[in-house]
Amino acid sequence: MDTAFAERRRRDLIVASVLAAIAATVPLFVKDVYVQNIMVLTLMWGALSQSWNILSGYCGQISLGHALYFGIGAYTTALLFTKFGVLPWFGMLGGGVISALIAMALGYPCFRLRGHYFVIATIVIAEIGLLLFHNWDWAGAAMGIEIPARGDSWLKFQFPRSKLPYFYFALVLACVAWFVTWWLEDSKWGYWWRAVKDNPEAAESLGVDVFNSKMGAAAVSAFLVAVGGSFYAQFVYFIDPESVMGFQFSLLMALPAVLGGIGTLWGPMLGAVILIPITELTRSYVGGSGRGVDLIVYGGLIIAISLVRPQGLIGLFSFKQLARLKQLARLFAPKRKEVAR
Amino acid sequence: MTAEAIIQSLASGLLMGLLYGLIAVGLALIFGLMDVVNFAHGEFLMIAMYATFFLFMFFAIDPLLSAPLVAAALFVFGAVVYLLIVRFAVRAKANAGMVQIFSTFGLAIVMRGLAQYFFTPDYRSVTHSWLGGKTVSVAGIFLPVPQLVGALIAIAAFGALYLFINRTDFGRALEATREDAGAVALVGIDKNKVFALGWGLGAALVGLSGAVMAIFFYIYPDVGASFALIAYVTVALGGFGSVFGAFAGGIVVGLVEATTALILPPSLKAVGIYAVYLLVVFIRPRGLFGSM
Repeated sequence: MDTAFAERRRRDLIVASVLAAIAATVPLFVKDVYVQNIMVLTLMWGALSQSWNILSGYCGQISLGHALYFGIGAYTTALLFTKFGVLPWFGMLGGGVISALIAMALGYPCFRLRGHYFVIATIVIAEIGLLLFHNWDWAGAAMGIEIPARGDSWLKFQFPRSKLPYFYFALVLACVAWFVTWWLEDSKWGYWWRAVKDNPEAAESLGVDVFNSKMGAAAVSAFLVAVGGSFYAQFVYFIDPESVMGFQFSLLMALPAVLGGIGTLWGPMLGAVILIPITELTRSYVGGSGRGVDLIVYGGLIIAISLVRPQGLIGLFSFKQLARLKQLARLFAPKRKEVAR
Repeated sequence: MTAEAIIQSLASGLLMGLLYGLIAVGLALIFGLMDVVNFAHGEFLMIAMYATFFLFMFFAIDPLLSAPLVAAALFVFGAVVYLLIVRFAVRAKANAGMVQIFSTFGLAIVMRGLAQYFFTPDYRSVTHSWLGGKTVSVAGIFLPVPQLVGALIAIAAFGALYLFINRTDFGRALEATREDAGAVALVGIDKNKVFALGWGLGAALVGLSGAVMAIFFYIYPDVGASFALIAYVTVALGGFGSVFGAFAGGIVVGLVEATTALILPPSLKAVGIYAVYLLVVFIRPRGLFGSM
């Protein structure tokens, strides 16, 4: 492995630790519940998009059906808790495992498909899931499930009176999703995935197990997204099929990664940090009228970013850009440099 | 369940299927031409339905008469969308696929927002049109007239499209551009002009179907979403790149939907469509008539 890459990875890890530490202190200064809510959502969508990015960004298998795994995570936790009294922590784990298994079961036939046929298959499968939950009476059907709030408790992972525990859990989730991506980037899987994405035939001929590497990416990605879904159920106390499994969810999960930089380590989180606050703020300032102004702003933003920066916003923040800025600064202060020589 | 009931629902499934084909063919045309899936296709349908509705409300023009007007308006709209947005999206050097998906998806959201803003989220319907609510009995089978006329319009549109692609200069330019856009530029055809006209034509076809749909379907800002998904499945089922595939795909989708509704509760009828799509592509990964 070349040293520049190792250097970059070490730097990424340091930057991430510093950012996480800073993020952890933010609630000490920001007490406003509305702002805290936006921060929780930003971290959650960042984590979801980071997980989506593993299958769709790194491995190149564009899924627009990840709402399925999100919904399974949310439903597993909510159903186990309300029907059998199983603690959400086990529901979270269970939902993740079930999602990973389903992702592999679905991947088995789907990974033979290419391009748009694959994308539409993922949409259609999630839509079948949505319709089944819609008609599944035991799981609340279209009415959904309400999770009874019985006071603050880490055991039951519910805090009706405070956003802080949710904030820290979402932060941990985002860090885990980031770290898993970071770790996988330099593993055997990471190299396989990039090879599969660039040219599956060439990868196969060089001994990459194309099929199994897609299956691995799908399992990891689905597991993490389901944990996010499970968190979401605990966060909002109420889920119904549309609100956790709708097609919109799949697109919203992809969006931060696409805008930030698909298939990059930092893209999803950057996209979420920019996109989610803008979405939430426009929704509460101009969306209250119910007249769609928030949609116009939001859609316009998506068009603008995808046309102006097709490679994602991440390029604006690279170390190369930083070096370029330094060069620029040096241009404006040439005298001192000569003196130093 | 009597044989009559089965024939009855298959017949209405066939009519609906032809309409699905008409909705989908614009998508198939654009995809075949330049490999772009228009994620705002449902919203094109939505504004066509609104256009029909407002022409009816303000000028009392029956949807049957306004259909050509709506198609013409959508033609202009489609060409403008290509020139303002899609032209730049296909030029993207990185992530071309995602950029196309999300620039047209962004357009869909903007269009929905604009519809909510200007038309309000209220449900509208064209009441007392010439065909609305009428049925006709053919050999003991009752067929709703709007769907029947819609299906006839769909067949006529497919026929016209076939002649258009195969018999006119523009149609040949369209085919040639789809075969090899680079070579077409060499013989002096402006690729952008062909693409813009292709988008116009695709949008005009969805405009036509919107005018027919407006006769018997509620009109609201989100109406496009459900039909868009069926249109994607229709196109993929028929095979991307094949205009004839969209026609056949539409018929299959309509029949499958009707059959599923006989067996499963009505709210699950879309499951049949999706299941058949998966079954077809698992066996034949390029759809029924698609080329690889």
